[in-house]
Amino acid sequence: MAILIVAEHDNHSIQPATLSVLTAASEIAAHTSDTELHLLIIGHECQPVVEIAQGITGLSKILVADHQIHQYPLAENIAPLIVSLVQEQDQAQYQYSHILTSAGTTGKDYQPRVAALLDVAQISDIISVESADTFKRPIYAGKAIATVQSSDAIKVITVRSSAFAAIAFSASPLSEDNQIPVVELAAQADSGKSEFIKAELTQSSRPELTTAKVVISGGRGMQNADNFELLYTLADQLNAAVGASRAAVDAGFVANDLQIGQTGKIIAPDLYIAVGISGAIQHIAGITGSKVIVAINNDADAPIFDVADYGLVADLFDVLPELTAALKVKN
Amino acid sequence: MKILVAVKRVVDHKVNVRVKTDETGIETANVKMVINPFCEIAIEQAVRFKEQGSADEVVLVCIGPKEAEVQLRAGLALDADRAILIRTDEEVQSLDVAKLLHKVVQEQLPDLVLLGKQAIDTDNNQTGQMLAALTNMPQGTFASDIVFIVPNKVKVTREVDGGLVTLALNLPAVITVDLRLNTPRYASLPNIMKAKRKIITMVSPDSLGVSLSPRLTTLKVESPPVRQAGVKVADVADLVDKLQQQAKVI
Repeated sequence: MAILIVAEHDNHSIQPATLSVLTAASEIAAHTSDTELHLLIIGHECQPVVEIAQGITGLSKILVADHQIHQYPLAENIAPLIVSLVQEQDQAQYQYSHILTSAGTTGKDYQPRVAALLDVAQISDIISVESADTFKRPIYAGKAIATVQSSDAIKVITVRSSAFAAIAFSASPLSEDNQIPVVELAAQADSGKSEFIKAELTQSSRPELTTAKVVISGGRGMQNADNFELLYTLADQLNAAVGASRAAVDAGFVANDLQIGQTGKIIAPDLYIAVGISGAIQHIAGITGSKVIVAINNDADAPIFDVADYGLVADLFDVLPELTAALKVKN
Repeated sequence: MKILVAVKRVVDHKVNVRVKTDETGIETANVKMVINPFCEIAIEQAVRFKEQGSADEVVLVCIGPKEAEVQLRAGLALDADRAILIRTDEEVQSLDVAKLLHKVVQEQLPDLVLLGKQAIDTDNNQTGQMLAALTNMPQGTFASDIVFIVPNKVKVTREVDGGLVTLALNLPAVITVDLRLNTPRYASLPNIMKAKRKIITMVSPDSLGVSLSPRLTTLKVESPPVRQAGVKVADVADLVDKLQQQAKVI
């Protein structure tokens, strides 16, 4: 038996989320006997990703589908590819018991399509592995945790990466004679049903939101987009990522991909600083995994203070410059 | 053009849900139920397409108990044309929802199927993608903009992790909508009255030839760990000091 992990990458490097999915996969493997971990890399001119994958501990095989149709990940092309691997593999060699990927927007897009084509359920956003067929996942915006058991032969899963530590990873690949075997997969035909037109990606030199050690986010209390500069300046002192509440995104202060919460990104940094965010249930759903939560708000009754380890009731426009200055001195 | 919109009845997002003491689920007795917010955005979009002249008919479909008729009426009051209620008191999991919707798609032959990107109760984010797989249609998930382009294509801007991505899909297609797509309208009183006369067709899963086969068993539903109550700090100096000395995070 084997577990198939579909890598999330940008054709150059592996997303850290995939390293967390590998931890979840190895936890599942620990509940079964004789299980291999296979990493599937789907992309175009993605050789750098394959080289990085050579440094990942615990992999038995790397499968590569390097083709022009996978330049941008389209569910219509990815899903049949994964399904063909599951259905056409030499069964004497290995059978896939689990297919895992991270619960980012790419995985959420194709993974349910894979499951439906295989006629199995898909288990979304697991936060813990109880056994090979039993997992915990949050429901109702994280207000409850459900333990679910799957009766399907193949478990198709997306993993909440912030709930699992990254697997051991070495920057230099294993020695020549110890390399992980790479299997090049045959090209598939384009579905012809969908076509990539363009991407407008947010450029940022700051750490990635979902893996940053420190995250500072702003809400409606920031009042306008320009005031977010105060957060960026503070973020620079802490090497932090900047996020936002839905209110701040809806008001146009920042781009939607910075939204933290039930319908945005789920994060679990060491330090989360919420500035001018009241703390609606849907926002709290995205931050409860944080080690330390700090809230800065001028409303002493804001619900964010119920989950904050340290709360400061004050005007953010006074506090932010002061905090930035204090950290500058320390640095 | 005919647009099919899938609608789910869920606990209102403002309700502070409680886990049952026997840990079998969520307390849903006497709790306010509404149309899932993402489904509401899907209805709004379909109605806007009708107003723009690109759609002729908006058909709602819901799977749920008899009481879900309330949510369908609310959807019809937003100016949808008619509705289908697939009546069942069972819990219907995403794969079965997709199979039931597949049958409705085969019957109704819509040019576009709109769904919310996720239901706020189960938080699965699966049904639209599964329906697209079963119907062999292309999918545009997490849509924040939808524009019809000739011939027979739709351009979808999607909210993805790094920003926005635009795809072109051949029609018929399945699109799941994100929060940023639109702001749903409120139903006017005349429209609420008019909605009472609109047709809701009742069918059963059996009559559609789908036997429900749940694949996941919920063993337990528990409350998440409660965070320790925090402290209020006096000023910035106090905050920085606590973060360094006590929490040791900076």
